[in-house]
Parts: sequence; structure tokens; C-alpha cells
Amino acid sequence: MTTQELQSQDLWNFLEDVKDPEVPVLSVVDLGVVREIENIENNSWLITITPTYSGCPAMQVIEEGIKERLEQEGIRAQVKTVLSPAWTTDWLSENGRRKLKEYGIAPPVNEVDKSVLFAEQTPVPCPSCNSTNTRMVSQFGSTACKAHYTCNDCLEPFDYFKCLK
Amino acid sequence: MTKQEALFEYVLRKADDTLILGHRLSEWCGHGPVLEEDIALTNLALDLIGQATELYQYAAEVENKGRNEDDLAFLRLEREYKNVLLVEQTNGDFGKTIVRQFLFDHFQSLLYERLMNSADEQIAAIAEKSIKEVKYHLKHSSEWVIRLGDGTEESHNRVQESVTDLSRYIEELFYQDEVDEILIKEGIAADTASFKEEYYNNINAVLSEATLSLPEKMWQLDGGRKGVHSEHLGFLLAELQYMQRTYPGMEW
Ligand SMILES: [Zn+2]
Repeated sequence: MTTQELQSQDLWNFLEDVKDPEVPVLSVVDLGVVREIENIENNSWLITITPTYSGCPAMQVIEEGIKERLEQEGIRAQVKTVLSPAWTTDWLSENGRRKLKEYGIAPPVNEVDKSVLFAEQTPVPCPSCNSTNTRMVSQFGSTACKAHYTCNDCLEPFDYFKCLK
Repeated sequence: MTKQEALFEYVLRKADDTLILGHRLSEWCGHGPVLEEDIALTNLALDLIGQATELYQYAAEVENKGRNEDDLAFLRLEREYKNVLLVEQTNGDFGKTIVRQFLFDHFQSLLYERLMNSADEQIAAIAEKSIKEVKYHLKHSSEWVIRLGDGTEESHNRVQESVTDLSRYIEELFYQDEVDEILIKEGIAADTASFKEEYYNNINAVLSEATLSLPEKMWQLDGGRKGVHSEHLGFLLAELQYMQRTYPGMEW
């Protein structure tokens, strides 16, 4: 492929290979972290990304991963980070949700507004047996984006990719 | 004071609040009462330090004197830190850490809700990003306040003692001076007086559910916004700044 023919869709495809270092089954595209791909001039592109969580330690690795992957295609890329609009789990692709479940992580369910303290929790189905008879062990899990759950039926402990809105 | 000076100071104050509280929480790493809470507290620390990074980056940009976020976080003297006194108070037992967090989370949540509409785009963006995290913090600390307050006699007494002890730092959260006045006029800062009543209603609702209460009268302390701190901040900074002071400019 010559560089003249490159379309932004090609870059979106390349970035499917860049994985979230903390949930390696998801690409940065699945995750919704890549917001925009723009051609600046000729072979130079601007990739706009947004962090999942303010303190997400993966952002630097993701930025480098993006540059590295595009460099392999001979593409010069600048990566810009924006905070607004703020990332939400609504941006997780359908593909991403499916991959999460197959990987053993429950994808986000629509939750009630957390500022309404002590509201009834939306049940999170177990990724192994699909039972909704599960309980939250801790709202905070192994990474900022996950909560820790256990299935009351099959007894499997599992990560839940928690809803952020 | 120019608008730019006020903006720098305003953002710096918020950055210092989150950095210092984040650092305090990070001290729990490996010492949590149970594994889940060890992880929870360090997750909170990570969120807060992440927010601090965004705020310091913006403060450095506003200041425009060639300092970056690391210079601001690591290379100032104690009197140059402008955080409120509440956040620098020592961890104490788990209950005291939770109460400190609870008092701060409720404030931060109401503040960010308003700052999302700030006339300053970057402040609005940081608030929009951070509030989603703060809602999780708020839920976590509020649930624990209830569990501990309405728990055993031992947990009730200990956590009530922390509520009483830390209540002397609540009013300072609402402290305002020239910095705020200049920016409120511009629609950039949030007037803390406008949500003080809501704050007290919110914390009192949880405290009463927890069978706890604020003391009727408590001597209120302040000074943090002017850089006059309790004795605890110096020790905290000694640890926070150690690497950069010992090996200036080190990176890893
Ligand atoms: Zn199951």
C-alpha cells in the first residue's frame, strides 16, 4: 500500500492491534480510548485519545503503543490527550463487550447513579455461568476500571469491568 | 492580584488537596485491614493523584514560568503547599481514614458538580472527568461510615471519636478569599457558600444513618490555603519529595 492511499479507516484497523496493557484482550479501539484520527499532512497523522481514569497508569504505554504500531507502517503520528468529553463505559464497543465476557470479565451493565447512595444495585451476571445471583466483594479491583465480584451459584470469583458515566 | 495569578492559585489549591490526600491514602499500600480495602484505598489514591496531575499540568500552563507538573508536586517548600488541613491529617486507624475521606468526598463531589459548568474550559473538563471517579469514592466512604458507626460498640466509639476530632477541619473546606472572589465574578470558580448547606445536609444524613453525629460546637482551624499547616505536612513532604530531593531530576 502506498502512503497516498492511506485512509483514516486503515489507521483505525492498525490500532486494533494495540491492546490495553491491563486488559490485553481489548484493543484501544474497543476500549473507546481512541477518539479521533485526522490527517495533518501527507504522511503525518494526529491521533486523539482520552484516558479511562485520571490516574490510569496505562495511558503512557497506550500512547507509545499507538506510535510504535503506526511507525511499523511508516506513518508519523502525534498523539494528543483530551479530557473532555470524559470517557464512559458506553464507548466500549460491542465487540469489546463480547471479548471481555469470553475473557472472564463481566462487561459493564447500566448502573443507577452512584450519587444516589445505597440505591439497589443492578445485578452483574457471572461471565462463567450467566447467573445473576452474584455479589460484589469490593467496588475496587485489580485495576481502576474493575470491581471484584463472586458468583453465588458457581462460586467463581470474577472481575467486573465497572460502569463509568 | 491579576486574574491569571488568581487562576494559578485556585488550581494549585485544588491540586494540592488531591495530591496530599492521595499520598496519605498511598501510605495504606500493604497495610490495609483486609486485602480488598488495601486495594480500594490505593485505587482511591491513584484516582486522586491522577486528578492532581491534570490540575498541576494546568496550573503550570497558567503560571507560564517554565515549571511543569512535577516541579509543582515535588519541588516546593511546605509553606508553598495550599491544601486544606483536613487532607494532611494522619491516617490513624482505618475508621479515621474513612471519616477523613468521607468529609472530603462529599465536598469534592459538590464542588466538581459546579465546576463542570466553569467558564474555564480546562477546569470544566477536569471536573467532568473527575466527578465520575469521585462518585465511587463517595459511595465507598459513606458505606463504610455507616458500617463502622452502626457496627460494634468498639467501631462506633472509635469512628465517633474521629468524626469529633476531624470536624474541626470542615469549615476550612469552604474557605474563600480574594482568589475565589476574582474567579467567581468571572464564572470560573464555584462559590462554596452556595453549597455549604447541602454539604451539611448530605453528611448529616449519612452520619445519622450511622448513629453518629457532629459535635454541637467545635473550634475550627484553618490556614492551609495560606500555606500555614499542621505539623503533619512536613513529615509527609519529606517522604513525598525524598527521591527528587536526593536525586534531582531522576526519572524511571
Ligand atoms: Zn457463576
